[in-house]
Amino acid sequence: MTTSEGNGPVLSIRDLAVALPAGADRRYAVEGVSFDVGPGEIVCVVGESGSGKSVTAFSVMGLLAKGELAAERGEILLEGEDVLKASPERLRDLRGTRMAMIFQEPATALNPVMTIGDQIDEVLQIHTTLSPAERREKVIAIMEAMHLPDPQALYDRYPHQLSGGQRQRVMIAAAMVLDPVILIADEPTTALDVTTQAQILQLIKEMQERRRTGVLFITHDFGVVAEIADKVVVMRHGAIVEQGPAAEIFANPKVDYTRMLIASVPSLEPPSREPAMGPVAVETHDLVKGYGGKSWLGRATQPAFLAAKDVNLVVRRGETLGIVGESGSGKSTVARCIVRLVDPTSGAIEIAGTDIAGLSTRALRPYRRRVQMVFQDPYRSLNPRRTVGASVMEGAMNFGLSHEDALARAQRLMGLVGLSPDALDRYPHQFSGGQRQRIAIARALAMEPDVLIADEAVSALDVSVQKQVLELLDQVKREFDLALLFITHDLRVAAQICDRIAVMRRGEVVEEGPTRELFLNPRHEYTRTLLAAAPGRHLGHAVAAE
Amino acid sequence: MTAIVEKRAETAVARGDAPEPAPAAPAAPPAGFAGTLKRYPLAAIAALVLAIIGLSAIFAPLVGTTDPTALNPAARLQGASAAHWLGTDHLGRDVWSRLVYGARVSVVVGLAVAALAVVVGLVIGLFTGFIRWLDPIVMRVMDGLMAIPGILLAIALVSVSGASLVTVIAAIVVPEVPRVVRLVRSVVLSVREEPYVEAAVSVGTPLPKLLWRHVLPNCVPPLIVQATYVAASAMLTEAILSFLGAGTPPIVPSWGNMVAEGRLLFQIAPMNLLYPGIALAITILAVNILGDALRDRLDPKLAKRVGQR
Repeated sequence: MTTSEGNGPVLSIRDLAVALPAGADRRYAVEGVSFDVGPGEIVCVVGESGSGKSVTAFSVMGLLAKGELAAERGEILLEGEDVLKASPERLRDLRGTRMAMIFQEPATALNPVMTIGDQIDEVLQIHTTLSPAERREKVIAIMEAMHLPDPQALYDRYPHQLSGGQRQRVMIAAAMVLDPVILIADEPTTALDVTTQAQILQLIKEMQERRRTGVLFITHDFGVVAEIADKVVVMRHGAIVEQGPAAEIFANPKVDYTRMLIASVPSLEPPSREPAMGPVAVETHDLVKGYGGKSWLGRATQPAFLAAKDVNLVVRRGETLGIVGESGSGKSTVARCIVRLVDPTSGAIEIAGTDIAGLSTRALRPYRRRVQMVFQDPYRSLNPRRTVGASVMEGAMNFGLSHEDALARAQRLMGLVGLSPDALDRYPHQFSGGQRQRIAIARALAMEPDVLIADEAVSALDVSVQKQVLELLDQVKREFDLALLFITHDLRVAAQICDRIAVMRRGEVVEEGPTRELFLNPRHEYTRTLLAAAPGRHLGHAVAAE
Repeated sequence: MTAIVEKRAETAVARGDAPEPAPAAPAAPPAGFAGTLKRYPLAAIAALVLAIIGLSAIFAPLVGTTDPTALNPAARLQGASAAHWLGTDHLGRDVWSRLVYGARVSVVVGLAVAALAVVVGLVIGLFTGFIRWLDPIVMRVMDGLMAIPGILLAIALVSVSGASLVTVIAAIVVPEVPRVVRLVRSVVLSVREEPYVEAAVSVGTPLPKLLWRHVLPNCVPPLIVQATYVAASAMLTEAILSFLGAGTPPIVPSWGNMVAEGRLLFQIAPMNLLYPGIALAITILAVNILGDALRDRLDPKLAKRVGQR
């Protein structure tokens, strides 16, 4: 196959409309979508969930769920050929050779029982007639180009032996091995740590510069857009609201929605805050949580792995302490120890002057209500089979409140978190993610706690919703004089809400201090790395300067 | 690779990563029982067959039967006639009557074993799954029980405590319990990690309430399905035991006993063996088909896929 080497767009979408099945809340998943991707151009399609950005990408690949979604109008021209009219055989041919796609979760997108090398090789086996030796050479070469360490050895490894970032590199290698003219990346860095994300973005950029691949990059994160986009397409409710060169969109957004999205990205510039002087609500002393290392008869030996080592934290009432770290840093372990969802191995957790680290289930009960938690995933933290009211009232009634009193309290709290009291009679699936997170906050508040722990409580939410939930958390903290322990991987979010921040890495707190000081003057090497990796770190300044 | 990509895309969509229609209702809501039957015609037939078998077992005296134990040596081994719809056996007993009354035994055994095994297994499984230190102890006991061949255990129990319907049921329940326990435990182990269960723990919900409110509802769908399989295998085991002479006493008309007796004169009157055999096969097949349909219907992921085809 020869490529028509020209300056025309490699991908051109014209007036695309994809119909939703009958009975959906709107007629089209996407409608009237038109844009081009030129060779060597990175086009970012940005939007919140439900905007139709993924449907657009899946249409290009011909991967729309059969029987549910179908392109009704328009054309998708891949180097002049309409893929919507292509036969299944032709589509299969195009995928991998002319267009390729990478996904959000590299852990599930790779086959766990095939070696890395074989998975990349599979593409070559299907689409080329090269000999095994030639194929291997090509695989090694592309792995090298993806900066995978020691490709010869890696060739025979399995996906679980690789880190998340390496797995995503392997996915990109498999996508790029036949030099497609367009790479579609569907939230490829969302599941990755910030430092890894920065590396993958760097890699995609390099690819586009060296190989002149057009990139269609789907993301919800304007920070990432600022980092890599040449051109930006903003989508909402299945339609394009604005598109243009990246610089122009950021400097001069024409539509309110775009402006709101850009403004919703929390700035890395923390506002200055008064230090909180309230009484200490919770304190940990040399908290350790280890896993493994138990002998056959249950005698404890040295733990094989320490998820948290010697963690010392203090949170005062009316104060927000952020624990920031990447996955595996032990930040959630610390939170779960304090709520006593897991038992700490050693150390003390002091709440109201009592060490609760070693208390039995029975002795712990009175302290349970003092520490409450809001979980990460609003879709799983509410029992789908119980009404919202039952969930919110459960805790208070466990502690002896009558049904009427608990109901009255729940109704009051619903108002407080910005929902109507009749929400109590409905089931969780009738609410959006943001609303569910409000319900989860109401459930925690129904216990009248001293300490509220938010474990990645906003990371599953769209930016605009994220902002509202952050504001709500801040508001309830002030209103109830709570000690708020805010666990996050996102430095930008931490900058906005935390009074103090503790940075964790591999189970240890490497640096702790007032937010502003820590951001402006990071002492530890790792803190500096994290700050440098945060996508769109210039964005805050740009908006602030405006 | 392209195959992988397509597959991934499917799973990505199934997981709801493609953020299109709100993840509210799983699949299309089937219009109650009638809708389910329409979608699974085979299951409808199976349900009808089971209903006929169940009803005729209950109303056995009303469906053209005589006393199934009445001997009539003069009319031995007769073929089908107006008086004896399916002929008579080697003692001159009416085969149709014995078949219908035999259904009673099978139905009772199937239902009783399924109910007992599920209730006992559910209780053990719930606590085993949730209380960490209990888990290894109970599960090793269960492993031990599973290691004993079910029929052997049943023969031993029956020979110790004598043959009666109750001992037969007890003997079949014991080896079925570990299977239910393992199923419940596996569900509990995954549900206990759900954030909403953790949330309930952190608001101080006591263990029994926690199990009842948050964990049990998740166990019910797979248990209903498992119960149908338990019932089917219990009916078969009962027949095997009776056939071997270790089950219901020979005086009781049961399908297993009928097969055992029919075996002796198979060359002369083959149908006396085949009738109960066919009845048993049809019943068990119907129960299993119903179980499969229930599984498809109750597992939202499967239901969606089956519904699309």
